[in-house]
Amino acid sequence: MMRRHLLILTPYLWLVTLFLIPFLIVVRISLSDAAIAIPPYSPILDWRDGWPGLFAFINALDFDNFVFLAEDALYWKAYLSSLQIAAVSTVTTLLVGFPIAYGMARAPKGLQATLLILVILPFWTSFLIRVYSWIGMLSTEGYINQVLMGLGIISEPLTLLNTQIAVYIGITHTYLPFMVLPIYAALERLDNALLEAAEDLGCSRISSFWLVTIPLARNGILAGCFLIFIPTLGEIIIPSLLGGSDTLMIGKVLWEEFFNNRDWPVASAVAVLLLLILIIPIILFQRNTQRQRELEAQ
Amino acid sequence: MTKSQGTSPTTNTPVEPWNNPSTTPLIRFENVTKRFGTFAAISGLSLDIFEEEFFALLGPSGCGKTTLMRMLAGFETPTEGKIELAGHDITPVPPNKRAVNMMFQSYALFPHLSVYDNIAFGLKRQRMPKAELADRVAEMLKLTRLEKFARRKPDQISGGQRQRVALARSLAKAPKLLLLDEPMGALDKKLRQETQFELMDIQEKTGTTFVIVTHDQEEAMTVATRVAVMDEGRIIQVATPDVIYEAPNSRYVADFIGDVNLITGTAHPRNSGIDLHWGEGRPIFHCKTDLPFTDGQTCYLAVRPEKVTIHAREPESTNKVEGKILDIAYLGNISTYHVELSMGHILKAQTANNRRIARRSFTWEDPVWLSWTETAGVVLDR
Repeated sequence: MMRRHLLILTPYLWLVTLFLIPFLIVVRISLSDAAIAIPPYSPILDWRDGWPGLFAFINALDFDNFVFLAEDALYWKAYLSSLQIAAVSTVTTLLVGFPIAYGMARAPKGLQATLLILVILPFWTSFLIRVYSWIGMLSTEGYINQVLMGLGIISEPLTLLNTQIAVYIGITHTYLPFMVLPIYAALERLDNALLEAAEDLGCSRISSFWLVTIPLARNGILAGCFLIFIPTLGEIIIPSLLGGSDTLMIGKVLWEEFFNNRDWPVASAVAVLLLLILIIPIILFQRNTQRQRELEAQ
Repeated sequence: MTKSQGTSPTTNTPVEPWNNPSTTPLIRFENVTKRFGTFAAISGLSLDIFEEEFFALLGPSGCGKTTLMRMLAGFETPTEGKIELAGHDITPVPPNKRAVNMMFQSYALFPHLSVYDNIAFGLKRQRMPKAELADRVAEMLKLTRLEKFARRKPDQISGGQRQRVALARSLAKAPKLLLLDEPMGALDKKLRQETQFELMDIQEKTGTTFVIVTHDQEEAMTVATRVAVMDEGRIIQVATPDVIYEAPNSRYVADFIGDVNLITGTAHPRNSGIDLHWGEGRPIFHCKTDLPFTDGQTCYLAVRPEKVTIHAREPESTNKVEGKILDIAYLGNISTYHVELSMGHILKAQTANNRRIARRSFTWEDPVWLSWTETAGVVLDR
């Protein structure tokens, strides 16, 4: 009995110490004001002052930073643009990832393990290196422009690097396995007899794809989309390396507030809002995995 | 439904279109061969199946019966030969354009659709008007006694109910031909027997031609009007269940269907039959047969255990042998006695247990006599 409680306690302990407590600290900083001090915010709670000190501390906390975020157009524009970039990259990753997963699931059984390794293989190189290599590909003197000019398709080099398109390419490429794997898992389980049954009942290949394959791969597709959407919303490395000055993403804003402006309270407020925005897709994602687990249990 | 036919061996039997040369078959396989690589799953097969038949393809796994069925459904195309449905060559027609539906062994119900939508699936594809579609689905639900489960998903109903959904779905489009791939393979024995009669009932009500694939000989015998026994891509015998059982055309069929005693020997024609010599010092058996045997030709006598009588003392009979009881297989209603002959050969005899087991006449090690009449067995030449 004791041991079972201990076992259940472990993940909670983990979540409380490594997620809940840090999050509360961030919330607390977001409610304070910037100051030139160490740490760079005030008020600071001093236990030696006793109860009056605690009341004074609580009175000094306010929502000014959140009001500031709401009033300055930069921030909500950054949130909106992040949402847009995350949504568009989710769609592009799905468009590239689905055919790959479909092809893998339909490949001969012996080949599937190899293809699976090929999809996972990029993870073996550093994320940073993968993003950096796109600079070499996309820059004005990069491989893509060289090839296109060498073939005579274009005469002037295209501006690819430091554009929104470069960000989409970078995200799609680096996050692709997260889309391919859950969809492959769903398609691989699909019984071929179901497709034959659909065909037997009058479906063409295309209509059986839409009426049988897609609905049955739905949970895998949703899982893939959430796995892309949630981390890309706060993505910082790809937009700073590949994006241009006009690429406004909340992760980048957060970075600038924290390191360039040293405004910890505003940076914390940005982070807290980002988490609140993410809660909706995270809950949806949880529900989706829950339902999938229930389906598998049957 | 009954009429007597000159060609039929018995009178007062149901219509037997296969004995009437003027009926055109619904399905005609003409010299069909199907090769996968170098392996011939079906070789040079010709077969006619008639309207309203309940036709069983019976054979061990790997005999080609499933390939034959998949060719009818359109999932495989013959390498050679052609397949006709109602006089039209359907060899090049894809599965979604054939008036043929199939009930899959795994049922292949769409897990994301309700029972109702599963049954309506094919009807929606042919763009049936809504009111008509609702009526048709309701009719199918009634036929398969699934009215109460229409809104459930396939994973919310029992195995027997799923089987009926699969049947309803494949019958909904009123196909000319319904294919059933091991339809009762996943059911337990009791449910299977019930379902067999239900299936026959539904076949009769709808008047659809059924082709069933099965490896269960009892099932084939129960449901089918005719049975085709297959082996290694060929049809060995096509006949009504009683002919298959009583007059098999080969050792393979005799052995595959039911239990049989097979005795190998040489034939010596005598008195509209043969004398069977099967070894020095062994009794000679006399059996009636219509097959022409030459003197000394190798032949096989097949006698069903239930046609062998067991006696305590030497009986008055043309065909009799002496031995002792080696084993008794007690099956409740019947018992099978394994009798070892003095020359080491083992024969099986079956009797009905019409007495309580305590009063059984024979037990292990008892010396007994076995006998059978001149017409009890079938003499085979292959």
